[in-house]
Amino acid sequence: MSRTFLGLPRTLRRPDDADARHGTPDEPFGPVPHPQEPLRWGDDFPAAAKQTLKNDQLRRNLGHATQVIRTKRAAVVGEVPDWEALRDTGSAVKQQVMAQLPDLLQQLEENVVARGGVVHWARDAAEANRIVADIAKVKGADEVVKVKSMATQEIGLNEALADEGIAAIETDLAELIVQLADDMPSHILVPAIHRNRSEIRDIFLARMGDAPPDLSDVPRELAMAARAHLRRKFLSAKVAVSGANFAVADTGTLAVVESEGNGRMCLTLPETLVTVMGIEKLVPTFDDLEVFLQLLPRSSTGERMNPYTSLWTGVTPGDGPQEFHLVLLDNGRTDVLADEVGRAALHCIRCSACLNVCPVYERVGGHAYGSVYPGPIGAILTPQLTASTGGVSGHHDPNASLPYASTLCGACYEVCPVKIDIPSILVDLRAREVDADRSSRGVDPWKTAMKAASWVMADGDRFALAGRAATLGSGLGGRDHAISVAPPPASGWTRSRDLPAPPRQTFRQWWAAEHTAPVEQAGTVETEGDDR
Amino acid sequence: MSDARTEVLARVRAALGQTGSGTTPSGKVGTAPHPEPVPRAYRAAGEHAAGSAEVIEQLVDRLVDYKALVHQVTVDALPATIATLVTELSGPARGVPSAHPDSSAGVRVVVPDGLDDGWLAALPAGTDVVRDSRERPLPPSELDAVAAVVTAARVAVSETGTIVLDGEPDQGRRAVSLVPDVHLCVVRTDQVVQTVPEAVRLLGAHPERPLTWISGPSATSDIELDRVEGVHGPRTLHVLLVAGV
Amino acid sequence: MRIALAATCLADTLFPGAPRATVRLLERLGHEVVFPTDQACCGQMHVNTGYYREAVPVIRNHVETFAPVADGEWDAVVMPSGSCTGSVRHQQAMVCRRAGLDDLAATAEAVSAKTYELSELLVDVLGLTDVGAWFPHRVTYHPTCHSLRMLHVGDKPLRLLRAVESIDLVELPAADSCCGFGGTFALKNADTSAAMLEDKTANVRGTGAPVLTAGDMSCLMHIGGGLSRQGTGVRTLHLAEVLASTREEPTPLPETTFSRPERPARTEATR
Repeated sequence: MSRTFLGLPRTLRRPDDADARHGTPDEPFGPVPHPQEPLRWGDDFPAAAKQTLKNDQLRRNLGHATQVIRTKRAAVVGEVPDWEALRDTGSAVKQQVMAQLPDLLQQLEENVVARGGVVHWARDAAEANRIVADIAKVKGADEVVKVKSMATQEIGLNEALADEGIAAIETDLAELIVQLADDMPSHILVPAIHRNRSEIRDIFLARMGDAPPDLSDVPRELAMAARAHLRRKFLSAKVAVSGANFAVADTGTLAVVESEGNGRMCLTLPETLVTVMGIEKLVPTFDDLEVFLQLLPRSSTGERMNPYTSLWTGVTPGDGPQEFHLVLLDNGRTDVLADEVGRAALHCIRCSACLNVCPVYERVGGHAYGSVYPGPIGAILTPQLTASTGGVSGHHDPNASLPYASTLCGACYEVCPVKIDIPSILVDLRAREVDADRSSRGVDPWKTAMKAASWVMADGDRFALAGRAATLGSGLGGRDHAISVAPPPASGWTRSRDLPAPPRQTFRQWWAAEHTAPVEQAGTVETEGDDR
Repeated sequence: MSDARTEVLARVRAALGQTGSGTTPSGKVGTAPHPEPVPRAYRAAGEHAAGSAEVIEQLVDRLVDYKALVHQVTVDALPATIATLVTELSGPARGVPSAHPDSSAGVRVVVPDGLDDGWLAALPAGTDVVRDSRERPLPPSELDAVAAVVTAARVAVSETGTIVLDGEPDQGRRAVSLVPDVHLCVVRTDQVVQTVPEAVRLLGAHPERPLTWISGPSATSDIELDRVEGVHGPRTLHVLLVAGV
Repeated sequence: MRIALAATCLADTLFPGAPRATVRLLERLGHEVVFPTDQACCGQMHVNTGYYREAVPVIRNHVETFAPVADGEWDAVVMPSGSCTGSVRHQQAMVCRRAGLDDLAATAEAVSAKTYELSELLVDVLGLTDVGAWFPHRVTYHPTCHSLRMLHVGDKPLRLLRAVESIDLVELPAADSCCGFGGTFALKNADTSAAMLEDKTANVRGTGAPVLTAGDMSCLMHIGGGLSRQGTGVRTLHLAEVLASTREEPTPLPETTFSRPERPARTEATR
């Protein structure tokens, strides 16, 4: 054991080198990204995926985990007779929220303030981080306990607090694993999904400080080690930081959905609670919770209901934190909202069902997406959230590769509890990338090929000619009619697949011979040269 | 530059195509959305009545699935059942040792001060019952030193195996039902509804109350998606389903 | 019925067996098949790669070529491809509208309302599940993502296959998982695509079936490319080629994945 850490956030020991985006070889838990930007790190998707695909352990861990959760989700969704009706409502409610966002935000603010809360607004990550750090300082806290939250990951809150000398303690088991390993999360719901039990045991032994020396890799024992490790923190913490799953505009109620009880600990025991929430996480009325509290647990953990859901409205005298701050975060969301098609990405309730069913995510894992939002939802959210810094501005930005990180197989859309048509948004973002690139100089082989193909394919005669030309290559494949080596870009294909040689006769040549030429129909079979 | 509130709201308006609001950070002005009306075709209620045999059977099934311990008792037998469960706590520590394995003294139990005293009538002599209220809250460290908590509940949902506490005097502060390692939760059968919407509409009468939805003991699936019951919240959840109130 | 065939650009050029079998099948069932020779491509490749502007003339050509179906000149348009039918149904009008071509979009919608993927045409329009086919081989079926999740064809292809005489239809494990093709995805993300393909071909090989069938030549080209490279000897046949096969005129098994006999080997299929 070279180092011992008592829950110190990784950023306290982040190397000063601003370009250190990957772990160094002496990192005991493998090369891990150290992003300067939580929404844009590392290589573009194809290059990053090429690296992660080499990690067989990662692929096994992911394959197992996603399979387990897919099966669980399918079972608990299957038993809900009105699931599709719930999805329809969830989708429509979120559309309403977006359309009425200015009013709903103000209504939420009014209700939170009326119940003794303080509402802050943050244009971007830096502003949100500043607000949280200032609250912690006023409270004299050099340590805050944290509930797992995507919003605070997105703004790099832990790193920002560390720069102010404030340690942020992640209390969700998976987040703790990630934090102790000096790693990055790779999944929205199960951030340590890329780690198996024996890796987690090694991380705890090396980094937790108070892990029992005879700790085994049985999940229960690992969970108990985390319980013991964190209990003292919970009992003594002065300030907690959380995200929010939902905020109810008409009552000012906030909701956090969780499993372990670490959320309840953070939301209940400290004197001060700071909740950082994206401006899109609203629902209009309290009754709308009856829809989302059905959709979310079954979609995310594959349970009928998650073990704990906490709902609170401002401050309740004598019960829970007596000081409550709500930080409403933009950080690129208004850019997403401005896009007629892409704005549906803001409907996301962070269930992660789309990750679990995605055949691409299952192979490459979360880190390949170079963002705290991986998987299909990340592929539509990350470029849009970073639009003001080039996320959708063409092919030079790593985030511009994300909309292409999908086969458009549609599995994500099928499971999305709020029916976000992710494939259509992916295609739309591709079109935005292409359009952004149109003005750029230089030769883009894709652009050239697409223009040429458009000319050929817009006319039956030209296409017939091209087809006839292709038949000249019918001998290319040899006896098995398979082409094994081809020039770029087809070389990407032929690295692991053959291409068929063109036939001796296109379909339309056959048709012309059989159906329009004055020959005997009976001769059809005999004149066939190609029976595939 | 304007303050953050004004600017964020202006950006939102710009994103929604409201002219004169400026632009979003990347300089865009969006279009006004035309959302479809919200359909409400889902079930607002289940087919079984609150407290019916069907919903009770379903609730028990779900709770057992979550590894909660269910005791179906009559109102007359409730004090004795509570006494038995509390007495069991004074025996050898169950499962993983507690941080406070002080089993020589009488069992210490915390209750919210609005709990029905009758429920505690059969507790063995020597049981140390401490009371907690918003006016006289116990600090977290003291809650950590008690063996169990006994609370009532507000409503339960059979389809999801969920019990909701709303912080009223018989259910107590949120910390009370959180820190102790064992939670004895008393649910009247007539409080059990079938569906989530039925519960939400009932709770919506007092949306300002702090709500805790509990579906089994605390659990995690963070390690290889294997579910482990009992993490930070109570590791043991006893549900006492009381009929005939 | 008078049915117009949209052969799809890929099959027309590289896999003529699929549209030919579609013609053979529909004619055998007593329908008249028309092939409008102005057709080229539905525009899917351009749309899915983000080249909407370049897609417009391609879509216009498709829509104008098949517009007569909206006027009742033909009863239906059939496409032997789930993804092309999906593009016609879910993308063409959208791209036209984005280009400000509302009239073209309206025509596209009218054409798409009468455009069917092959199994939809057979089961939904013609009301058939038994098309009188005979195919005495072990076959496994890959449902293809767009047929499954964009068109929601459900088990229609499987119902058609189950009704084929003498077929030995075996289930493909993890059938609904994508093969990794995704059009230009296979080139832009070749490594990820290959990893997905590896799992798909392993599942195909595991069935022991000498024939893999599907309703989309693009997916079959991809999976077949892997099967060919691995030297498995598993052949890929379009659903139409299986359904067109009869005792009198059997669809022969090719020797290798992409091979084609110089002339029909009429006796091979009866082994």
